[in-house]
Amino acid sequence: MNAPLVSSAISVAASELDLARIRADFPILRQQVHGKRLVYLDNAASVQKPRAVIDTISTCYSDYYANIHRGVHLMSERSTLAYERAREKVRDFLNAASVEEIIFTRSATESINLVASSFGGMAFKAGDEILITGMEHHSNIVPWQLLCERTGAVLKVAPFTDAGELILEEYERLLDSGRVKLAALVHISNALGTVNPIKTLIELAHARGIPVLVDGAQAVPHLAVDVRALDCDFYAFSSHKIYGPSGVGVLYGKKALLEAMPPYQGGGDMIRIVTFEKTEFADLPNKFEAGTPNIAGVIGLGAALDWLTAIGLDVVAAHEHELLTYTTAQISEIPGLKIMGTARDKAALVAFTLSGAHPHDIGTILDREGIAIRAGHHCAQPVMQRYGVPATARASFAIYNTRDEVDALVAALWKVKELFA
Amino acid sequence: MSDLRDLYQEVILDHNKRPRNFRVLPQPTHKADGVNPLCGDRISVFLDIEDDVIKDIAFQGTGCAISSASASLMTEALKGKPVAEIEHLFEAFHSVVTTDCECPRGLGKLSVLAGVRDYPSRVKCATLAWHAVRAALEQRKESVATE
Repeated sequence: MNAPLVSSAISVAASELDLARIRADFPILRQQVHGKRLVYLDNAASVQKPRAVIDTISTCYSDYYANIHRGVHLMSERSTLAYERAREKVRDFLNAASVEEIIFTRSATESINLVASSFGGMAFKAGDEILITGMEHHSNIVPWQLLCERTGAVLKVAPFTDAGELILEEYERLLDSGRVKLAALVHISNALGTVNPIKTLIELAHARGIPVLVDGAQAVPHLAVDVRALDCDFYAFSSHKIYGPSGVGVLYGKKALLEAMPPYQGGGDMIRIVTFEKTEFADLPNKFEAGTPNIAGVIGLGAALDWLTAIGLDVVAAHEHELLTYTTAQISEIPGLKIMGTARDKAALVAFTLSGAHPHDIGTILDREGIAIRAGHHCAQPVMQRYGVPATARASFAIYNTRDEVDALVAALWKVKELFA
Repeated sequence: MSDLRDLYQEVILDHNKRPRNFRVLPQPTHKADGVNPLCGDRISVFLDIEDDVIKDIAFQGTGCAISSASASLMTEALKGKPVAEIEHLFEAFHSVVTTDCECPRGLGKLSVLAGVRDYPSRVKCATLAWHAVRAALEQRKESVATE
């Protein structure tokens, strides 16, 4: 009878120990803000970097940096090897079939623009439709609007409920128009936290022969993504939200699609033979990587994926889910506080309004308590319009956040309440 | 909380809760909108100018406490003033919210916003209504943005 008790005590102790160790990996978490310890809850905007990533980037520049794919010298060979090793790490992380399907870009935004420009330019004509959802980040709206302007295609938007869940019947109805040439949808909403049932949504689109692009910027740091199991056609994410450096994005695309698509940008590194009459393009993935890329940044992303994988995304998801549950319960007790986005399947972020206090004022007051949150429209203005609010405050969590930090958040929100009472 | 009270002074909290001249002028001689794309603040200002004097001024919109209170205080400060004085007042107000200068005389209640100088990201909130007034006087059709 005693055995289970003992083992559960050990596992609790072990998880506490891990969290302390994980926090110790992040030098910035030792910083003070306005004389208070930093409580960083703006992780959906950008996440902090572990020592392993910082050191990897530093080592690249101090030990072996050179341009890639072109040097006969040792430094170039080492840099090329490290860069391509990072590509293999991304492939493995997403469980893609081949490294040829992993394109490095500057950001998730650029990944989506690449598809809108290259695939969009090839596949769309006047009257065709692009189906997105009402909860997209601007990065999965504006590139398609630009494509519509160029081609005469039409942007269609799938609605969602007050809780922040897509209405599947409406989604199917919009897919059934016979004119949809691409469905682009967000995996996890940055403004609401909703985890969309993308496997189902992809199946619905594929049943009608429609390819699907998934904006996974908010998803990859929080849950395991298997692009082959999902069978998505494109998957975009950015490095800086998954503990890697800013300035690097990833586009996964199915090989057959990428091969059929024309280059996005022209220049060095994406060619095979150039004459003034004609240029032969390089094979995948180089065809889509014109110019010298963010070499150290890509290598840093590889280190971030190693670091995260060593912890395990299941551990991350469980810890963050506990924080979400705890936060939701605690802040719901504050009178006048309204949470926006209450989907049943939700990632670890809480967007809210507080009556009498504008989100911008909440952000300033929390900052003076050392707590970093986001206040504003979260680059998702249509979502704000959907709920009829100009802005929200948003606390978003990462693996290194603790219940103590949630308590600090809640205490600070009570202070806001007091000031604006 | 003490330093926060420097920013959120009672006068500001009061003007935020009960903004003065918070209404639409039915037939303004001048009108403009101001938006702060960063936080989604939007205000419209309405002016009724006769013989180069501001006979009436009002505003409407949504915003944070700083932008709402600043707009409200601005309407009180500008009502009855000659148009020629607006630019001078704005300059004085701008230096109060952005620099460590001594508060220039004649600013009156507007000086309660001096605390904004310690919060650089909030300067745009405090000056939004003023930018809108300036745009209204220039009769610009499009809305002004603080960025």
